Amino acid sequence: MDRNQAHRNRRRLLKTAHFIGLFLTMLVICVPGLWIVLNSFRPTVEIMAKPPVWVPSFTLDHYRAMFAGAGEGGVPVFSYFRNSLIVSVTSTFIAILIGMSGGYAFARYRFWGKNSYFVGLMLFRAVPGVALSLPLFIVFAKVGIIDTHFGLILAYVAMNVPFTIWLTDGFFRQIPKELHEAAEIDGCTRWQAFWKVEFPVARSGVASAGIFAFLTSWNEFALASQLTRSVGSKTMPVGLLDFTAEFTINWGGMCALAVLMIVPALILTFIVQKHLIAGLTFGGVKG
Amino acid sequence: MTEVTLSNVVKKYGALQAVHGIDLDIQDGEFVVLVGPSGCGKSTTLRMIAGLEDISGGEVSIGGRVVNDLPPRERNISMVFQNYALYPHMTVRENLGFSLKIAKRPGAEITEAVNEAAQILGLDELMDRKPAALSGGQRQRVAMGRAIVRHPDVFLFDEPLSNLDAKLRTQMRVEIKKLHQKVESTIIYVTHDQIEAMTLADRIVLMRDGHIVQVGTPLELFNAPVDTFVATFIGSPPMNLVDGVVEDGQIVLDGGVTLPVPTTAGRLSEGQAIKFGFRADNLMPAGHAVDEDGAVYELDLAVTLTEPLGTETLLFTNMAGVEVQGKMFNPRPVRPGEKMNFRLMLDKCHVFDAQSGHAIRR
Ligand SMILES: Nc1ncnc2c1ncn2[C@@H]1O[C@H](COP(=O)(O)OP(=O)(O)OP(=O)(O)O)[C@@H](O)[C@H]1O
Ligand SMILES: [Mg+2]
Repeated sequence: MDRNQAHRNRRRLLKTAHFIGLFLTMLVICVPGLWIVLNSFRPTVEIMAKPPVWVPSFTLDHYRAMFAGAGEGGVPVFSYFRNSLIVSVTSTFIAILIGMSGGYAFARYRFWGKNSYFVGLMLFRAVPGVALSLPLFIVFAKVGIIDTHFGLILAYVAMNVPFTIWLTDGFFRQIPKELHEAAEIDGCTRWQAFWKVEFPVARSGVASAGIFAFLTSWNEFALASQLTRSVGSKTMPVGLLDFTAEFTINWGGMCALAVLMIVPALILTFIVQKHLIAGLTFGGVKG
Repeated sequence: MTEVTLSNVVKKYGALQAVHGIDLDIQDGEFVVLVGPSGCGKSTTLRMIAGLEDISGGEVSIGGRVVNDLPPRERNISMVFQNYALYPHMTVRENLGFSLKIAKRPGAEITEAVNEAAQILGLDELMDRKPAALSGGQRQRVAMGRAIVRHPDVFLFDEPLSNLDAKLRTQMRVEIKKLHQKVESTIIYVTHDQIEAMTLADRIVLMRDGHIVQVGTPLELFNAPVDTFVATFIGSPPMNLVDGVVEDGQIVLDGGVTLPVPTTAGRLSEGQAIKFGFRADNLMPAGHAVDEDGAVYELDLAVTLTEPLGTETLLFTNMAGVEVQGKMFNPRPVRPGEKMNFRLMLDKCHVFDAQSGHAIRR
């Protein structure tokens, strides 16, 4: 009786501790984001107030200013949004196409130098983007693709392909090779066997790879800030800098644009979430 | 007419040679079982017939057509894999109809063929489930259904039952045999289980280390093994082997037992080291034997262990320092250590050369 009680108490205690731990972790992760969203709805005075104002007031001024200023000399949000979208979607699509083919090849075929090649791809990821920005800038400038969508897409594809290969390789590796063999015996060509059997089975994995690639391009700043110059190609992360003047920073406007950046990423993640979870717990698929 | 012919088929994986020149003629409608210990090249051989593995040398022909360079889809074969390889994203119905859909057959024909296969294998209830929601036995059935839907010339099975529990395995074994009687196609079946081989095969191909050791009907392999490997692989329990030598025209076992086996008729020479082989069925205690004609040698042996199987009991005992097994019919309880008078049926015994293991006198 007593021991039961003690046991129950201990379990309750552990559960509470667990909950507090989780809460603190989530706090650390979420508060900055939440702070950005909150700030985007507060008047500038309140953002800068010391000591901070705890009970926020609500205003849409920053959004109004951002969208209104778009056409007339303010920050051209719509162009930035369009640039971001074009660059991210195109580069993700291409990176997935190339990365998936590569991942499949690594998972299914034996070829000379396979392992060193694979390690090489991963090492490429170890080079920080900033270190590449100057050489890339020079090369791009010489070729004449600086300040273009094409140039940025090229850079992002190169950046995302190794990771996509690595991820999809893992997913394809988990699909028993008998599946495509069975499909081939059932009358498929190698190509059909891939598209009708292996790709649908690995779809969730590819979707995860896709969302990682998209978010990387969507949020990338270091390279974009060097490779883009004008409204025609600047992406949103670079556009954030427009809110800094020589002596002042328009925190409210910056936060509003940041929210505009977060929303599509959030929506996309929600849409793909189901696949993402299925993809990350892929081991459940059995022949 | 779909006979399958292998002539001098070789498979090399780099420096490693997995299959060493196999010759095999399989008749139309024959049920052939490739059997052998793990790693002997059964799967590799089957996969070369299927077109899933390149052929390093020799020729494979199906229905008189050399298929060495044809992809699997042009060989008109079906294959059932050990892990079933069902398409996880399709329902049972879609799994069954996949091959016909790929072949662009009309919908009505697909439906009909799928329903027919489902009926044969009792899958009607499961048609709208995904493979993940099926038990092992059901998956096995779907895999077989997928194979029969297309009415292929040749069925290939690679250890289709090894993932099932013992009872289900016995049951599916019977179903496969019935299926063969129904479809009358050529079947090539790979297993490492000699019981499966014995029960299913019209002809058994026993392999070891990439070579064929013996080809024949189950009874041929059981009654006339070409060497000690076949003798111990086929049959359960395995054949007893006792070392001995030829002396004065008789066989003397290592323990000093002299067996009146006439050695003059065979190709035995004086002083030759041999292995003397006999099955448990041919060593029976007096009073518990099945009557058989022929020469009998009587000897007293102490029983060390018994294994009652119901209609018979296996008796473990020692002969010439080797553990051998005998069989007691109409069994009665036997205490370990009990001495019994055994009868060894000499006419059913085998003699193998001790060095090469080849059978000498049958
Ligand atoms: N892809 C491969 N690369 C190199 N060696 C291989 C490959 N596949 C098979 N082997 C070798 O070929 C030999 C025959 O293999 P195989 O799979 O045919 O054996 P098996 O008779 O089917 O055995 P099991 O009963 O275990 O399935 C083995 O020694 C194996 O190690
Ligand atoms: Mg095998």
